[in-house]
Amino acid sequence: MISIEEMDNLLYMSQRQGKISFYMTSFGETATTVGTTAALQSQDFIFPQYREQGSFMWRGFTIEQIVNQCIGNHLDGGKGRQMPVHYGSKDLNIVTVSSPLTTQVPQASGAGYGFRVNGENKIAATWFGEGAASEGDFHSAMNFAQTLKCQTLFLCRNNHYAISTPTDDQFRGDTIAGKAPAYGMRTLKIDGNDLLAVYNGVKYAREQIIKNKEPFFIEFITYRIGDHSTSDHSVLYRSQEEIDSWKSGNNPINRLGLFLKKQGLRQFNDEHDNQIRKDVRNRVIAALKNGSEQQQPSIQDMFTDVYDEVLPHLSEQYTQLRDHLTKYKDQYPINKFKGGL
Amino acid sequence: MQLLKRVHQFGSTKHRFASDIGSTNRQKMNLFQAINNALDIELGANPKALLFGEDVKFGGVFRCSQGLNEKYGTDRVFNTPLCEQGIGAFGIGLASVGYTAIAEIQFGDYIFPAFDQIVNEAAKFRYRSGNQFNCGSLTIRSTWGAVGHGALYHSQSPEAYFAHTPGLKVVVPRDPIQAKGLLLASIRDKNPVIFFEPKALYRNAEDEVPLDDYELELSKAEVVQQGKHITLIGYGTSIRVLREASKMAEKDGVSCEIIDLQTIYPYDGQTLVDSVKKTGRCIITHEAPQTCGMGAELSAFIQEKCFLHLEAPIRRVTGYDTPFPLVHEPIYLPDKFKIYEAIKESVNY
Repeated sequence: MISIEEMDNLLYMSQRQGKISFYMTSFGETATTVGTTAALQSQDFIFPQYREQGSFMWRGFTIEQIVNQCIGNHLDGGKGRQMPVHYGSKDLNIVTVSSPLTTQVPQASGAGYGFRVNGENKIAATWFGEGAASEGDFHSAMNFAQTLKCQTLFLCRNNHYAISTPTDDQFRGDTIAGKAPAYGMRTLKIDGNDLLAVYNGVKYAREQIIKNKEPFFIEFITYRIGDHSTSDHSVLYRSQEEIDSWKSGNNPINRLGLFLKKQGLRQFNDEHDNQIRKDVRNRVIAALKNGSEQQQPSIQDMFTDVYDEVLPHLSEQYTQLRDHLTKYKDQYPINKFKGGL
Repeated sequence: MQLLKRVHQFGSTKHRFASDIGSTNRQKMNLFQAINNALDIELGANPKALLFGEDVKFGGVFRCSQGLNEKYGTDRVFNTPLCEQGIGAFGIGLASVGYTAIAEIQFGDYIFPAFDQIVNEAAKFRYRSGNQFNCGSLTIRSTWGAVGHGALYHSQSPEAYFAHTPGLKVVVPRDPIQAKGLLLASIRDKNPVIFFEPKALYRNAEDEVPLDDYELELSKAEVVQQGKHITLIGYGTSIRVLREASKMAEKDGVSCEIIDLQTIYPYDGQTLVDSVKKTGRCIITHEAPQTCGMGAELSAFIQEKCFLHLEAPIRRVTGYDTPFPLVHEPIYLPDKFKIYEAIKESVNY
């Protein structure tokens, strides 16, 4: 959690410095993602929203992979096609992030159905915020999952804001967890800033999903300490006092640290933690430097992966582009692309 | 750039044209029976194939899934809740983890709640993930076209909306033999395919359909009738209308070449170009409204490639730019008389 916080700090600043175009931090919410992913098994598929770098990094997604995706260089697993923070990893069973909100949730219902009918010890775990839960896709997902008995785990990060929209403008009724029993679904509501509660709750939910072959819903109550993204300035719609009260009074990193200290399990040692932060900072800085020196994916890669193979009309369009770029080569940053023309 | 080789699966045979299928092991089937047969073959050959949608379990409102739940069980052939956006998303999710998802949307007119999932998710799944993920094993089957009394919401031809979306394939069969082969090819194609079935033909179209497992190539148009003087392009139910119009034109000594597009997107431009370079004249027909219909795209493409060969402007004979009407249907449709008039004007230009 400390590493993620430090990395988020650096990458936020790197956007302000023009090194990457955009970034989204997860300050205040890392217990939800880290605790959850620790309680899942590696073969479980995760369908993320966009603020779950904790899930990625717990499973081993590296700082370098994160930075390369944000820069969009040729080392990005996504081949430079998407905006920053749209990570994905086939190796880690985490489906690539997409910008349209909530679309991943009913997809997780589908995946969870496949796992059940094939008798697999696998679940589909999907993340979404309390704002995303207002989309129609949320309703479809919940109804399909329970009615068709899907091995799907619904994970809602209620962090109190959807960009500037506070929960009072988002829903009435008893939070998102209040909706789940209406679908016939088992539900837990967990303090999302208590890492151990998160871990234990998700572990239980996963066991129940596999045992009963039906979905489970968890809402985590947490708080988005940072801005929605680098395009946001949250003091325009909330008070600094509110932010600070969560930051100092209900912060997942501090709470875990204090707990471990009281249990005598760890020295809450400022010097040690500062070293972790320093190491992470250096690693991010190195990744940014190396990453920015890399070329972007090739020009051909604009045309690949639209289909499983490059179809004739795309081949023709590539040829037209190539001829145009050859003719006007001084007007375009051709050497930025791997392989050039 | 390399085109990857296709790999045969499940012992099926691949053909370019239905006329290439030499099989004598045939059975008289209508369109819904041919579809049913294709689904039966895939479910039998592929244990990871699943068929689902509204009312699919009892056999489907058009009987396409008749007997399949009894044969393959409710885990594999099942009803979904009444929710098209859910059906689309559910299918994408299944396909993304390796299942062959055959999703049914009962009427093309109701595919729009799933539009976001289809256009923003299914179509872009492979590209945006850098090919780490894909939902190529998703096929969405839906019904399509005029039926005589369907009005606004049981008659639509929505192909153009999806043909404007890179990453998707869109297919419309004209007859039972094509439907079976094109559906099997669509299901096995490694890209998400939308397969529109002309509902007017479910019972009305009959053929001696081969019982084998066979596929017909996607993105290949078929010249269903050779001709010299003018090229007529259509798909689905409009092929019948083109045949009738061409018989009328024949009496005037006009020889018409009729092409079935089959795959709407990505379409087989080469076959169209070869034909129009030969005839110099072209008419495109579809039930969907004129503006921004497939006629618009094909006209632009053909005039770009065949400009100096054209003897007359390319004509579109289509539905009007109105919602699909009920009582006005007989005068709304692009029928044989309208096409015949367009042929005459073109030939006499």
